[in-house]
Amino acid sequence: MSAQVKLESDGVRLAFYNERMKRRLLVLDGIDLTVFTGELVAIVGPSGCGKSTFLSAVDGLVKTDAGSIKVDGHAVTAPGPDRAVVFQQDSLFPWYTVMRNVTYGLELQRRLSKAEIAERGATLIELVGLTGFAEHYPHELSGGMRQRVNIARALAPDPELLLLDEPFAALDAQTREFMQSELLNILARAKKTALFITHQIDEAVFLADRVAVFSARPARVKEIVTVDLPSQRGLDVKLNQRFRELHDYLWRSIQEEAVRTPIAIGAS
Amino acid sequence: MAVIQIDKIAVTEADNAPPHQSLWQRNENFLLGLFSVTGFLLFWEFSVLSGWANPLFISSPSRIFNAAYEMFADGSIYPDLLVSAQEFALGYGLAVIVGIPMGILMGWYTRLNALLDPFVNALYATPRIALMPLIIIWFGVDLSAKIAIIFLATVFPIIVNTMTGVRTMERDFVKVARSFGASDGQLFLTVALPSSVPNLLTGLRLGLGHALVGIVVGEMYGASAGIGFMMQTAGATFQTDKVMVGIIIIAAAGMALTGVLRMIESRFDVWRPDHHV
Repeated sequence: MSAQVKLESDGVRLAFYNERMKRRLLVLDGIDLTVFTGELVAIVGPSGCGKSTFLSAVDGLVKTDAGSIKVDGHAVTAPGPDRAVVFQQDSLFPWYTVMRNVTYGLELQRRLSKAEIAERGATLIELVGLTGFAEHYPHELSGGMRQRVNIARALAPDPELLLLDEPFAALDAQTREFMQSELLNILARAKKTALFITHQIDEAVFLADRVAVFSARPARVKEIVTVDLPSQRGLDVKLNQRFRELHDYLWRSIQEEAVRTPIAIGAS
Repeated sequence: MAVIQIDKIAVTEADNAPPHQSLWQRNENFLLGLFSVTGFLLFWEFSVLSGWANPLFISSPSRIFNAAYEMFADGSIYPDLLVSAQEFALGYGLAVIVGIPMGILMGWYTRLNALLDPFVNALYATPRIALMPLIIIWFGVDLSAKIAIIFLATVFPIIVNTMTGVRTMERDFVKVARSFGASDGQLFLTVALPSSVPNLLTGLRLGLGHALVGIVVGEMYGASAGIGFMMQTAGATFQTDKVMVGIIIIAAAGMALTGVLRMIESRFDVWRPDHHV
């Protein structure tokens, strides 16, 4: 891992106007976080603490009120081709085939020719292990397959930074574990830097090089835990003693915050 | 052949084959429909033949058939068919050409929607047939009046449904499109338009029904030709057989056109989970 900075979030503050409470609600209260090139950083924290909001801010979908977010030294003001999101929900376009979903970003960019786009699409479909399903529609696929398409779609424009917003939350436990190790394979092959949001502590420990714990809302980075497990991980690492220790440590850390969390309002 | 012995019941591969179905089982719904319709026609014919019912009021299948045969054989029906078809094509066509873009624009631009919504809503809620006297004052009794009434009958369901389709696109998809850097135009083409297709087609189908009503009623107010006109004159002279022919033509046209729309719908709808070929 080189020590080159990919993402730098410096004192990011963000408030939303809350309709129900008729006042502005501070969601992010100065997020300081650095992600290095090639790293996978997971963000965990109590429900409703602002993890997803932070990810949206990094993507450029929401504006921050103070502080700065820089990707490769450039300030983020709007979504750009250097970042891509693997969304939480089943967000594939149901009216497009797997192929059209995967190449969606490329088609919008109008940078490549039709043939190049088709070729890149086919490569990515193969990368995520869906060869033969290019002409299927999302409703014909299982949940796990759909999230593979979702990952391929995010990878297509060749982003520098991959943002994953609880991509496996809706999958059953078995599929989720399988997809976790698949994600590690895919990321290793695609050589990407990734920021990963999750509710599942074991998922965070399994996937991440470092885990950032967000405090209760308004969120700050409470602590950053380095996962000192071998970087080549198989699912059996979850049986490892050190894995258990890290898991339990993070669990306590989040639990401390969770009891301080006011009633969750809106999405996390 | 693999045979699994469970007590005395042998499960063979043949049990995994689709169960044998008789001709009746495979076409049960169709055959039941055929049965009820045939029964109804026979009952109708017989009740007239036996003198139990007066054909002057209810006609009979054979009389309707004969009347239709005569009208087609001597060619007297063709001018009426042609006039009605022309009215429909122009009125409905115009409504589609105007209604879809209007609906899309009103769904997309909130301000335009706020400006036009009172009018669209009021006219959508009004039975457009009530405008017929006004239309006769404006357009007279010739073709343009019929086109106007069919247009008015059809255009509002198309506008309202298309608009709803565009407005109700899912926020998640908008977020995805924006995240991939979609411009407004691209968001429109890749998200708003495809997600509004089902509503748009519903609008076209509703419009179709209204258009047929428009034909019949429009031609009952001072016309010189058309299926509705033919039915009106036949009815006034107690030619029940001819009235029935008109009803059947309108019904058949409605069913055929709905069928065409359903075919278009299934072409656009391959991506829907409940899609049936």
